[in-house]
Amino acid sequence: MIPTKGLIEIDHFGLEYISDGGATQAVADVSLSVRPGEFVSILGPSGCGKSTLLNAVAGFLKPTQGRVRVDGEEIRAPGADRGMVFQQYSLFPWKTVRQNVEFGLKMKGIGADQRERMARTLLALAGLIGFEDHYPDRLSGGMKQRVGIVRALATGPKVLLLDEPFGALDAQTRVIMQQILTNIWQRLRISVLFVTHDIDEAIFLSDRVYVMTARPGRVKAEVAIPLPRPRDPESMIGAEFLALRRELAGLIREESLHAMGGELAGGMSGIDVMLGDGSLVEML
Amino acid sequence: MPADPHDLAPIAGDSMAAPTRRRQTAGARRRRALRLRERLRTAALGAVSIIAFLGLWQAASSTHLDLFLRFDNIPAPSQVAVRAVAVVGSQSFLNDVLTSCDRVFLGFAIAALLAVPTGLVIGRYRIAHDLIFPLTELLRPVPAIAWVPISIMLWPTDWQSIVFITFLGAYFPILLNTLHGVRRIDPVLVLAARSLGASEGAIFREVYLPGALPAIFTGLAVGMGVGWVSVIAAEMISGQSGIGYFTWEAYSLIRYSDIVLGMVAIGLLGLVSSTAIRGLGRLAMPWIPAP
Ligand SMILES: Nc1ncnc2c1ncn2[C@@H]1O[C@H](COP(=O)(O)OP(=O)(O)OP(=O)(O)O)[C@@H](O)[C@H]1O
Ligand SMILES: [Mg+2]
Repeated sequence: MIPTKGLIEIDHFGLEYISDGGATQAVADVSLSVRPGEFVSILGPSGCGKSTLLNAVAGFLKPTQGRVRVDGEEIRAPGADRGMVFQQYSLFPWKTVRQNVEFGLKMKGIGADQRERMARTLLALAGLIGFEDHYPDRLSGGMKQRVGIVRALATGPKVLLLDEPFGALDAQTRVIMQQILTNIWQRLRISVLFVTHDIDEAIFLSDRVYVMTARPGRVKAEVAIPLPRPRDPESMIGAEFLALRRELAGLIREESLHAMGGELAGGMSGIDVMLGDGSLVEML
Repeated sequence: MPADPHDLAPIAGDSMAAPTRRRQTAGARRRRALRLRERLRTAALGAVSIIAFLGLWQAASSTHLDLFLRFDNIPAPSQVAVRAVAVVGSQSFLNDVLTSCDRVFLGFAIAALLAVPTGLVIGRYRIAHDLIFPLTELLRPVPAIAWVPISIMLWPTDWQSIVFITFLGAYFPILLNTLHGVRRIDPVLVLAARSLGASEGAIFREVYLPGALPAIFTGLAVGMGVGWVSVIAAEMISGQSGIGYFTWEAYSLIRYSDIVLGMVAIGLLGLVSSTAIRGLGRLAMPWIPAP
């Protein structure tokens, strides 16, 4: 079955924050799209406006320039047709796992019995059976984010937006989470727009990757990821994977240097540089 | 069309095992025994200072100690105890206690019913805050007891004016704590609720209210304490009944043991009410781990 819903179109999008200190152009002239059922990642250095872009699709921010549309309709407000998973943990601490997942359904006016049935299916899909009655406080970081994903999916949205959902997790948990997310996505055939600054994560998950420039964020490159699915961690050492990784790393490196100020750009061959987000990149 | 997410069979394999129930091991039993001993030790130490206090007081009163502090009119604990047996069961004492409770709980309940919604609204809406808060700040520094004369003139009956003073005492701590609680809610939770389709009313019910609940209960506990202070003071000044009146009247009638009895009763009533509020708080907030 080929999905027909969940087309995201971002058209010459720009966003300027106005604050006491003046105006900050966070994102400038970004055009990109996510086709129905496609998994697309946005990869970019810290502070380049990834969250800003995602928040505009979610409906929390209004574009200063350009347009954001989902299935041809311009985004005006947040809504349950777009599921959002936030960069920080955002479960309601006063609701159990089940109540968190059922929240969107409750807002839709769906009855308790049906809510519970729907939530259960998704909780099982994310490996959360047995934890339904726990409060978020008692969950590990990985579980919290899984509940966050399931909560965003419960209302049956057309698109799923994820903002560095695994950024706070350790490397092992991250890999497991990526597999779980892939599994869920393949079952639901939902469009996904995924923000990350982790190159391996972007390659492992995506059909296509957009690389963004340092602030103000623009699209620097669009890279297709033609690796066959299902993918597993072993496929992350093949020649094709490594070639993609080298390509993306090169693109990102230029931008990270930019973000740090141009003065580092020359004369640093062969030196390892700690980038702002803590990842170690070897200079060529 | 994307498949309905709810028609899918769960994937087996990647799910984690359900949490296993912890079995009672010998180690756990020993830890429990240790904890019990620890607690007994704490209780014993506490008892030492209380007994010392009562003993010193008994000695000072029975010897009519007069060293700058004058104990000649202060009843000894033993005298108070004897008097308690006669008074505590009496109808008039019971009436005084119930009258005070009635006033406190009514004043407190009205305060809570007004202060919590007001706090939620001014915490949420800038315009409501700017409209209401300056007036609040103007009235707040005036202690409830300072309202006694005005209150007597304002209200037709004593009973009403005392309830009003209790209300004033309880209102501000509840309001300020509620406001603070709303302000402290993580904004991402509000965004999450909105992106899940919550209306403004639903956000109040599902996010602001439960999010502010810990602070609200702090406010209720403080408000209850101030409510008791206010009711006792108001009864001492203007009442014809109530435990505050009982205590003050005992002084006028030279029934000195009754003064101490009144004080003890007031202390116990305060303790019971604050314990009740804490208990209610635990029931209302099952997500907060027990201390
Ligand atoms: N409310 C705001 N007011 C002013 N400037 C802001 C605001 N929010 C973000 N910015 C700025 O806009 C830029 C983009 O921010 P954004 O959070 O979208 O970046 P990001 O790519 O998500 O970064 P990170 O990887 O650290 O999450 C940053 O330089 C940030 O300082
Ligand atoms: Mg971000």
